[in-house]
Amino acid sequence: MSEKSVERSDEVTLTIDGVEVSVPKDTLVIRAAEQIGVTIPRFCDHPLLAPAGACRQCLVDVPDAGNGRGFPKPQASCTLPVAEGMVVNTQATSEMADKAQRGVMELLLVNHPLDCPICDKGGECPLQNQAMSNGMGESRFSDARNHGVKRTFPKPINLSPNILLDRERCIVCQRCTRFAAEIPGDPFIALVERGADQQIGIAEDAPFLSYFAGNVIQICPVGALTSEEYRFRSRPYDLVSTPAVAEHDACGSAIRVDHRRGKVMRRLAGNAPEVNEEWITDKDRFAFTYATADDRLTHPQVRGEDGRLRAASWTEAFVVAARGLAAAKAAGGVGVLTGGRLVAEDAYAYSKFARVVLGTNDIDFRARPHSAEEAAFLAAHVALAAPTDGGVSYDDLESATTVVLAGLDPEDEAGAIFLRLRKSIRVGGTEVVAIAPFTSRGLRKLSARLLPTAPGGEAGALAGLADELDRSAVVLVGERLATVPGALTAAADLAARSGARLAWVPRRAGDRGALETGCLPNLLPGGRPVADATARVDVATAWGVEHLPENVGRDAEQIVSAAVAGELGGLVIGGVDPIDTADPAATRAAIAAAGFVVALDLRSSEVTEAADVVFPVAAVAEKPGMFVNWEGRPGTFEAAMHVAGALPDLRALAGIAQEMGVPLGFGTIHEARAEMMSVGPWDGERSKLVEPVATTEVSTGSTTRGAEVRLATWKQSIDNGRMQDGDKYLHATARPPVALLPPDLYDAHGPTVTLTGDRGSVTLPSAVAADMVPGTVWVPANSFGSGVLSDLASPGSTVTISGGQA
Amino acid sequence: MVSTSSTGPLTPVLTDNWDVEQSWKLSSYAGRGGYEAVDVALGMAPDDVIAAVKDSGLRGRGGAGFPTGMKWSFIPQDNPNPKYLVVNADESEPGTCKDIPLMMANPHVLVEGVIISSYAIRANKAFIYVRGEVLHVIRRVQAAVAEAYAAGHLGKDIHGTGYDLDVVVHAGAGAYICGEETALLEGLEGRRGQPRLRPPFPAVAGLYASPTVINNVESIASVPAIIKNGADWFSSMGTEKSKGHGIFSLSGHVERPGQYEAPLGITLRELLDLAGGVRAGHELKFWTPGGSSTPLLTPEHLDVPLDFEGVGAAGSMLGTRALQIFDETVCVIRAVLRWTEFYKHESCGKCTPCREGTWWLVQALTRLEHGDGGEADLDQLLDQCDNILGRAFCALGDGATSPISSSVKYFRDEYLAHLSHGGCPFDPARSTAWAQAEVTA
Repeated sequence: MSEKSVERSDEVTLTIDGVEVSVPKDTLVIRAAEQIGVTIPRFCDHPLLAPAGACRQCLVDVPDAGNGRGFPKPQASCTLPVAEGMVVNTQATSEMADKAQRGVMELLLVNHPLDCPICDKGGECPLQNQAMSNGMGESRFSDARNHGVKRTFPKPINLSPNILLDRERCIVCQRCTRFAAEIPGDPFIALVERGADQQIGIAEDAPFLSYFAGNVIQICPVGALTSEEYRFRSRPYDLVSTPAVAEHDACGSAIRVDHRRGKVMRRLAGNAPEVNEEWITDKDRFAFTYATADDRLTHPQVRGEDGRLRAASWTEAFVVAARGLAAAKAAGGVGVLTGGRLVAEDAYAYSKFARVVLGTNDIDFRARPHSAEEAAFLAAHVALAAPTDGGVSYDDLESATTVVLAGLDPEDEAGAIFLRLRKSIRVGGTEVVAIAPFTSRGLRKLSARLLPTAPGGEAGALAGLADELDRSAVVLVGERLATVPGALTAAADLAARSGARLAWVPRRAGDRGALETGCLPNLLPGGRPVADATARVDVATAWGVEHLPENVGRDAEQIVSAAVAGELGGLVIGGVDPIDTADPAATRAAIAAAGFVVALDLRSSEVTEAADVVFPVAAVAEKPGMFVNWEGRPGTFEAAMHVAGALPDLRALAGIAQEMGVPLGFGTIHEARAEMMSVGPWDGERSKLVEPVATTEVSTGSTTRGAEVRLATWKQSIDNGRMQDGDKYLHATARPPVALLPPDLYDAHGPTVTLTGDRGSVTLPSAVAADMVPGTVWVPANSFGSGVLSDLASPGSTVTISGGQA
Repeated sequence: MVSTSSTGPLTPVLTDNWDVEQSWKLSSYAGRGGYEAVDVALGMAPDDVIAAVKDSGLRGRGGAGFPTGMKWSFIPQDNPNPKYLVVNADESEPGTCKDIPLMMANPHVLVEGVIISSYAIRANKAFIYVRGEVLHVIRRVQAAVAEAYAAGHLGKDIHGTGYDLDVVVHAGAGAYICGEETALLEGLEGRRGQPRLRPPFPAVAGLYASPTVINNVESIASVPAIIKNGADWFSSMGTEKSKGHGIFSLSGHVERPGQYEAPLGITLRELLDLAGGVRAGHELKFWTPGGSSTPLLTPEHLDVPLDFEGVGAAGSMLGTRALQIFDETVCVIRAVLRWTEFYKHESCGKCTPCREGTWWLVQALTRLEHGDGGEADLDQLLDQCDNILGRAFCALGDGATSPISSSVKYFRDEYLAHLSHGGCPFDPARSTAWAQAEVTA
C-alpha cells in the first residue's frame, strides 16, 4: 500500500487544450483529458479493460510528445500514456483531431444499421450519442450520391442460451471479447473472419457460458448484444431507474433496477469502485422474475375452522397472529427463524420482536447447517467489523500478498470477490491459496495454489498455514466452515498467530445484516453479547423496556428440535426454505409439531402452506432497505417501485406487536433504520472465542472403507434456488449437475455414478477432477432434486458410491 | 567476390547462383563457398557481428528500411527470457516477388543468414514464417533446413563452436496482415493474426513476450556476404544512405520480367534497359516502385534513384522494390480498384478506418469506374483517403489509400474521362498478355 502512495505522488504534468493538468504517471491521455472536462469520444476504450486502440475514435493531435517532437499522425488517446511536458490538442482545439474523429465516426456508421428507433440500445447508445455530439449528422455513405451497400448478416446468433448477437450492429470494438478473457477469464467469445466480415463468434462446442456473461450486454457500445428476456421488450427512455444493492449474495454489489409500470424490466451493474466496480454476476442481473411468479402471495391468510388457509384482511391476520403467538408464548415460547434474505431493517424488527414481544433469545438467521462454534465465532470476530473500522475490504483483497480461501469457492458463492481477486492476480498481485478438496473451475481461473483438503480437514489445513502468513495476508472463511468442528476456531487462531486479517463470507445478502441486528441467540443488535448484562441494559434502555431475556437462546437447529419435542409453543418463520436447513425433514416436522406458526414470505412455500397465519411481504425492489455485505459495508437503497399491498416484514411484525400490546415503535423501513442507527454499535467488551472445540481428524489418504466416500458440496452460482425461478434462459446457462470424482473412483465406477447417503440416493453423470482428494466426491448442493440435504446426506456424513445406471 | 564488370550495372549476390544446376541443394550452395561465413561469424564475438552489420549500412529489405544492425542492438541482453529471431517470409504484397523466388532458388543463403543473425543476437531458436499459400516454397525451405541439420550447420554445437540453434519453418495461414511483424508474432503464437499494440516493441517483448528480432528474408540473406566480404564491400555498393545490393522485381508490361539484383540507387530507366524495355510497341504509363502500397509513379520518374531517399523525395516509397510496369493500354482506375479490392479482402478488421474504409473505397471506386457521379465524388474519394491515412492501427490502412490518392494526383483527367464517357474508355483486352495475339489472329 505504501507503494501505491508513492506512485500517486509520482505525477506528470501535461497540457491538454491549453490547460495544464497533473495526473499520476501512466495515466492515459483520454483519462487525463477527463480531468479538465474534455470527453474524447471512444468505443473500444473501457477504464477496467486493457487498452486496445481498435476503434480509433479517440484520435487526438499531439504536437509535442514531451520530448519536443510531435507525432505526425493523430494518436489514439486511449493507448497513449501521458508524458511530462506533453502537449495534446483534442477535438476541442484541434481541427486535425476533430476531422480525424468525424472521419472515423462516419466510417463506423458505414456498416452500422441506421435504425436507432427500433434498436434496443436507442436512447442510451454511445454510438448514437457520440455520432450526434462528435459526428457529421448525415452519412455520406448512405446518401443519394453513394447509395452505399451495407454488409448484412442473417440474424441473430446465440452466443449463449441467454445472450444474442446481432452481428450487423456490431462495431467490433472488442469490449465483449476483452471482458470475457480479462475479467472473469471465460474466453469463450472471440473474433472470427476478417475485414468488414469480422464478427464475434463462439466455437461450435463452446458457447459463452460464464457466470458474468451479462456484463457484455451492458458494456456493448451499440445494440449488438441483447438478452433473451429483455430483447425488444422496452425502450430505455420508458424505464425508471433506481440504484439498489443485489440480493443474491453477500457481496453487496451495486445494481440499477429499471422498471416500467410496476414491473422490473431489467437490472444493470451499478458503478461501485470500492465494491463490485462495474460488474455483476448473471444471477444479480437476470434473476429478478421470482418476484412476479404466479405463486406470489398477495394477501394475508389465516387457517380457518376447516383447517384450510383462507384469505384474510390485514387486521384479522394481525389479531389471529397476536392471539396465537400469545398462547404459544405461554405454552413454552416461540422460536424465530428469519432466513438470510432480509434487509437489515427487517432483521432488526425480527430481533426486537423476539426479545420484546416474544420475550425470547430463540432467534437465528442461519437457515443452513450451522454450529454453536460458529455463533461464538461470529460474535467474537465478525460482528461490527467494517472497512471503515479496519475490517477487510475488497481493496484489501487486491493489495494482499496472499488470500487464503477456506470453505469458500468465490466464483460460485461470491462473484464480486472472485472478480476482484482475478483483477489482482492478472497483474501478478495476490496469490490465492485454497483450502479445498480440488481445484474448481473458479480456483483454476484464480491460479489458486490448492492445499488439497478433504471435507472436515479444514481446521488442520488452516493451522498448517501459520508460519506462511503475515499481516499482509487475508483469510476468507466461508459459511460452510460452520459444519467443520474446530475450523472457525482454527481460522481465528491462524489470524491471531500470523497477524493475517480475517473475514467471514456468508452466502446470502441478508446474513451479515442479520448478524449485526442480533438475529442470533447469543447477540443483540450492534454486536452486543446477550450474556453481558451491560449490553442487555444498553439495549433495554434504548428500547424502553424493563429488561431483556437473559439466557442465550436456542439456535435454529435447537429451535427445530425443541419444536419437534413439543418444548416450543410456536414459530415465526420469515423466508426459510426447509430444503436449505441442516435437516429438512426435521424442519418440516418442527413446523408440523409447533402449536402455532406465523409465516412471512414472498411466495407460497412449504412453510406458508403449513402455517396458521401467512403474511405476504414486499420483494426487495418494492421496499427501501439496507444490505450489509461481507465486508460489513452497509448499502442502502430506496424502493425501486411502489406496489400496492407490498409491505416489508417489519410492517407485519409491527401490526402483530401492536395487537399483542407491545408496540415495536416503528412501522416503516426508515423509522426502523433510524432506531437501529440510534441503538448503534456495542463499544463494550466482545465475547471471546475461547472454548476449545474438538477438531475431527480427517486423514487425506485413501483410507475409506469399501465404496464409502466423503462428500464435498456447495451451491453453484446458478442452480435450483427459488430466487432464480422465472428466467428459463438464465437457467439454461447453469452448469449441469455432475459428480466430480478423483481419477481412481472414476475409473472404478464410470461416467454415471449412484451416490447413497443417510437421506437418499442420487444418480448423476460423473467426471474426473484430476486433483480431487482421494476418497472424496463433489456434487452441487442444489442442482438436482431437492438438493443434497434433502435427497442425499446430512452435513459431514459419508456416502457410498457405485456405478450408476444411466 | 562479385565482379560487377561482367554483369553491367547488376550486382548478383543472392541471385548469383540461381542459374546453377539444382542451386537450392546444399551441395550446390556449399560448393560455391556456402556456410563459410558461419565459421567467420562464429569466430567473432556476437557484438562484433552486430557491429559489422551496422557498419555495412544494411537497411531492412522488407520495405521500411530500418537499419538492421541497429534493430539487433536493441535486444536487451540482460533480459532473462530467451531471445528469438523471426524471419518474415510472408511475402504477400501485390507485385512483390523477391523473397519467394529467392527461397526457391537459394534457400541456403537464408539458412546461413539465420545462423549468423541468431548468433549475433544470442538466440538459440529461430523461426521462418513463410506465407501459407506458397507450399512449394515452404517445402523447399524445410528441405534446406533439414539438409543444414544433417550437415551440422544447425542443431547442437554448430561447427564445433558450442553454439546451438534450432530453426522452425512455420507455414502461415493466408493473411496479408501477417506480414505486419506483430500480427506475424500473433500468428506464430497460434493466435488470430492482428497487429499488436506497441509499445512494448518486439525487441523487448515480442514472441512469447521475449526479446525478438523480426527481419525480412532478403535482409537476413544479405548477412552472410557481409560477414564474408566485409562491411566495406557491402557499403561500397549503393548510395550514401542506402547501401548495398537489392533485388528489383520487374513485372507487368515489360519484355523480360524477373528479378534484377542491383545496387540501391539504380533507376527504372536502367532496369528497363536490362529487361528489354516496356512491352514492344507500347510506352510506360505508370509504375509502382515498391508494391501496391507505395504511391504510383509515372514516366517523369524514370530517372529517380531507386533508394530509400530518392523514391521518398519523389513522393513515394522504395518499399520492396516491386516494380510493376503498366503501359498505356491500362486503365489506372481499373488497376487501382483491383488493388483496393485486395486491401478490402485482406483488412484484418481490427480498426475502424481500414475495415470500414476499404469497404467503402471499393464501392466508391466501382462507381467511378462505371462513370457514375461527378467531379465532387473525386474530392470525396480523396477525403475518404484522408480519413484513413494515418488513422489506422497499422500501415495496411495507409497502404490502401496510396494507389488511390496517387492515381488521382497523376491521372485526375482519366477519372474525369470515365465520368464524361459514362464508363471506362479503355478496352481491357488490350492490356492483356494475349492482346498482341488477338490482333494478329
